[in-house]
Amino acid sequence: MANLIEYLSFPFVRYAFIAGVLIALCSSLLGVTLVLKRFSFIGDGLSHVAFGAMAIAAVMSISNEMLVVMPVTIICAVFLLKRSQSSTVKGDASLAMLSVGAMAVGYLLLNMFSTSANIAGDVCSTLFGSTSILTLQGTDIAICVVMSIIVIGAFVFLYNKIFAVTFDETFAKATGTNTEIYNLIIALITAVIIVLAMNLVGALLTSALIVFPALSSMRLFSSFKQVIICSAVIAVVAALVGISLSILFSTPVGATVVVINIVIFLIFSAIEKARG
Amino acid sequence: MSQLICKNLNVGYEDGVVASGIDFAVESGDYLCIVGENGSGKTTLMKTILGLTPPLSGEIYFEDGLSSKSIGYLPQQTLVQKDFPASVFEIVLSGCLSKLGRRPFYSKEDKALALEKMQKLGIENLTSKSYRNLSGGQQQRVLLARALCAAEKMLLLDEPTAGLDPAATNEMYDYIKKLNDEGMTIIMITHDLEESAKYATKTLNMGKDGVCHG
Repeated sequence: MANLIEYLSFPFVRYAFIAGVLIALCSSLLGVTLVLKRFSFIGDGLSHVAFGAMAIAAVMSISNEMLVVMPVTIICAVFLLKRSQSSTVKGDASLAMLSVGAMAVGYLLLNMFSTSANIAGDVCSTLFGSTSILTLQGTDIAICVVMSIIVIGAFVFLYNKIFAVTFDETFAKATGTNTEIYNLIIALITAVIIVLAMNLVGALLTSALIVFPALSSMRLFSSFKQVIICSAVIAVVAALVGISLSILFSTPVGATVVVINIVIFLIFSAIEKARG
Repeated sequence: MSQLICKNLNVGYEDGVVASGIDFAVESGDYLCIVGENGSGKTTLMKTILGLTPPLSGEIYFEDGLSSKSIGYLPQQTLVQKDFPASVFEIVLSGCLSKLGRRPFYSKEDKALALEKMQKLGIENLTSKSYRNLSGGQQQRVLLARALCAAEKMLLLDEPTAGLDPAATNEMYDYIKKLNDEGMTIIMITHDLEESAKYATKTLNMGKDGVCHG
């Protein structure tokens, strides 16, 4: 514990905590809606797309990768959401196609054109996050904080509408709600969160931040509000514990946070079973 | 007074007509049953009335101050809803969605309205219960209460007794009849010809040939 407090005197460690907690919080809020709408896989697919975009940005040696990654991911999010509404089977297949396609092209490009001396290391850290969260700069944190405030604000402000669209889109539409706008907003926020979360846990693990807190809290709680609040708390606790452990034991940040989430999920499942 | 008039209406989707030549009028206080085989276009007609699907041709008029937004709609239950973690009150309150407009949160009046509709359907004791732990009949009553929050004068019910046991089915029909007696106009899709004959003041029979009799 004394060790941890000592580490906290370094600004980059404090940055990691701020970014980690905010990203986990945003992912968990949206995660409840995505899981309930049966869109969990869209998060996974988008993170693969973001990897591909990141590779393209790296090959083109664009200094600020966000400029490429963010728009590409947002466009794909909108496209996937439209597909999944028109037909479930086709939507599912196009998602699989897009996500493995983006991975393959991204890896190929990196191997063929990258100027970096350590390609395997670059790929690994993009996929699993490794230590990049500990190298965040002040501006990265500023972007992260602003984005998180926008996401949380949008979520609170649209809470009742998001609930209605999640529970019963047909009914919401019949009462005159423009459900397409809300689906679009959900897609946009998902894309933003995934790109931000890549910094924390890497491309392959982002969907864990989205689905685990939601699934854990659904084990024990039965009202929408309780599920949302509990999943936010789980996400924050898992991020704090995970980042602390990874600093103390020099484990990879992303994987540690995800493992903590898995442990919480198992505990919650056990409590649910014990309750009967 | 007429509330809804459909004239020579053709309904369907981009890839084809599902039912054509639909002509009927609904008066205030009517109890209209729409019957017909699977695939005859009953649900499509209902979605067209609600403005979810544009009509292919023909006309729909609302009178008596009604619009498609002020109709209470009870859709068929979806798989997503069966295990949805939400309290009964949260779901009923979401029927007030159209009253929200640009406001982010429900007002006291909205909440009072939701409670009043729950009392009407005898589910006020379930307020904080979870929807996924309710019986099929209770779930349908929750969705009916939600529809009532949106309904001013007219309810559209899509097979409200599908999947219910006989006791719950009868209870559901009793509640609908009670609402109709209080002046609510009812339009209901049903497979249950016997029941529809018992309660309906009008019947619309959607034939396989796409022509409506009645």
